[in-house]
Amino acid sequence: MSSEIDDAEEAVRVRFTVNGRKVACEVAPRDTLVDCLRNALELTGTHAGCEMGACGACLVQLDGRAVHGCLMFAVQADGARIDTIEGLSESGAIADLQAEFHRRNALQCGFCTPGMLINAHELLSRLTEPSRAAIRDALSGNFCRCTGYEAIVDAIAAVADARAAKASQEGSPG
Amino acid sequence: MKARAFSYHRAHSVDDAREAHARSGDDARYIAGGQSLVPALALRLQAPRILIDINHIEELRGVRCDGEWLRIGALTRHCEMLTDPLIAEFAPLLRAAAPFVAHPAIRNRGTLGGSVALADPASEFPAMMLALDAEIEIAGTSGRRRVRADDFFIDLFETAVGPGEIVTAILVPRFRCNQRICFDELARRRGDYALVGCGMLATCKDGLVETIRIAFFSVGNVPTRARSAEAVVSGARIDADRIVAAQAALDRDLAPPESDEVPPAMRLHLARVLLGRLLARMSEAA
Repeated sequence: MSSEIDDAEEAVRVRFTVNGRKVACEVAPRDTLVDCLRNALELTGTHAGCEMGACGACLVQLDGRAVHGCLMFAVQADGARIDTIEGLSESGAIADLQAEFHRRNALQCGFCTPGMLINAHELLSRLTEPSRAAIRDALSGNFCRCTGYEAIVDAIAAVADARAAKASQEGSPG
Repeated sequence: MKARAFSYHRAHSVDDAREAHARSGDDARYIAGGQSLVPALALRLQAPRILIDINHIEELRGVRCDGEWLRIGALTRHCEMLTDPLIAEFAPLLRAAAPFVAHPAIRNRGTLGGSVALADPASEFPAMMLALDAEIEIAGTSGRRRVRADDFFIDLFETAVGPGEIVTAILVPRFRCNQRICFDELARRRGDYALVGCGMLATCKDGLVETIRIAFFSVGNVPTRARSAEAVVSGARIDADRIVAAQAALDRDLAPPESDEVPPAMRLHLARVLLGRLLARMSEAA
């Protein structure tokens, strides 16, 4: 039995594209994606909270969709494109969301914020003008123990409004 | 909160996956979306020697019409239930149930085949298999077979899927223009497991319900059809008296187990409330 466990502990080489850069690293099959990002790649913006898919702090984008980094193993992501909060910050894709979170005190300790931003980013890419109920529904899998959520919903709604106004301005003639 | 060590095999065909399972001495688990399995591994409720990843098996993907059936590949993700035009047209009950399944990021990864194979009695989709009279396609040693949903769910987390077998597709009879659906659930918060949930599919004619299939979840060890309530409503026009009679009949259909959180009497009461609401909606649609 012990030799089987030894086999299972053997590292596997995985390659993926993280925030636009090709990386390779050695992981044990049981290492979750969030552990791999934080420990092997030192991308600590993705937070490990409950480690069972309940709190949403570990959300990353896998091939463009938000997924829990704790609910898949790094080895499963071999060949995939992963974007973390670091990548989305550097690209400027969520700069307006980040500014609005800051302006409205939509974070206090900040532990939940990376997951909140990745979730909000996906929501606003699907729905241009979500209702407050739709925003709350989308955030139902992200826990925040500081803010009471109201400021987070405000911030996301404000960014949705601002983006819609900008789009209609750009779309209108003259 | 870390899984016990295991080795990993990425399968590229159903046969490849099944052979890997056989080689493991049946000490293996298939992983599809993994949204229930990974927490179970992290909590060490399960500790297989080998994890067989079936996410890259092309033949388990895709939604297409197959005669009178809609064939939904086992790897179809919950988020696709919300966006796939064939599901919206031919399996609208799955479309109606999908927003209630967990949270958006879970829906991006979880699969229909995985949900049905796990058979969590609190899950939406397994119960909808009963309401839809769907069939589950299973790959086993003697090839593929199809099992009716009525014969699929055996006991708590126990199904007709045998050791080493794989759910390959869900087959749903195509929705017809004389049919109506209703779905709803009662939960403390959106995305939480439902205290009780229900979906129904009625075939109507001239304002009468000809036949109806009513399926509940979160009411016991398995998703459960309310056959007595179905009998009360079938062949009738749904009015207030009929709804009350159907609610009363639920006594014979459901026997919620003891639980610290929700006493059986309360759960049965909530089931009656939910049935009343859904039948009232159905009466307007019929």
